[in-house]
Amino acid sequence: MQINIKRKIKNWMQLEINAISENEQLARIAVASFITPLNPTLEEMADVKTAVSEAVTNAIIHGYEEQSGTVYIRCRLEGDLLEVEIEDKGKGIEDIEQAMEPMYTTKPEGNRSGMGFSFMEAFMDELEVISIPGDGTTVFMKKKLGTASWLDE
Amino acid sequence: MIEGQFKVIDDYLCIRMPKEIDHHNAEILTKKVDAYIYGKKVNNIVFDFIDTEFMDSSGIGIIAGRYKKMHYLGGKVFILNAGKQVNRILMLSGIQKYVVFMKD
Repeated sequence: MQINIKRKIKNWMQLEINAISENEQLARIAVASFITPLNPTLEEMADVKTAVSEAVTNAIIHGYEEQSGTVYIRCRLEGDLLEVEIEDKGKGIEDIEQAMEPMYTTKPEGNRSGMGFSFMEAFMDELEVISIPGDGTTVFMKKKLGTASWLDE
Repeated sequence: MIEGQFKVIDDYLCIRMPKEIDHHNAEILTKKVDAYIYGKKVNNIVFDFIDTEFMDSSGIGIIAGRYKKMHYLGGKVFILNAGKQVNRILMLSGIQKYVVFMKD
């Protein structure tokens, strides 16, 4: 029988994408691929994809207001802990607390549900938003992808 | 990208939702749905998620926006074939209280 040698995965990735809606799918699939070596469950995979999709969409719609710009995606993996940072150098958020309220949206006419931050909060373990009006916004998210290491033990 | 397939039966608009529903294809989809709502005499909408593997809050935006229109017309919004991921999003958003889940 082959003995499974546990190796702590340490990995990182950086991705810069043009702030256009076509790249929302690229961003979430790239992050999903990045965590694949950990054998996440389908649910964990869906959680991460949804959170990334929300953050990148916010950067494109609100940060850059669908004008040109770059969205920076940085991922770190240490063992079973995933850290994701999504940054834009767009217009920033005046009132973060208000922006994070469920159903709050500055763009109701655009069929936005106002659930973006709520979903990031629900699907990841930790969420932190840092924003400077005029400078941009960075969303920090963490999630422990527990299942793989649990299966190892 | 498939923007969804549409079928009108009586005053029901049935929409076969795409594989991925995000902000990018939500915009295209919304325009098409609204064209059907105004073009045909539609009072009810059935969203069929049989093909859908991914949906983020943009999907909630589509459903909530169409719900408002149908509610105004005295109609309803139905959800069909929602898989695990879509279901979680629907439950978490709170929109499940306003729509009717249909069995195939």
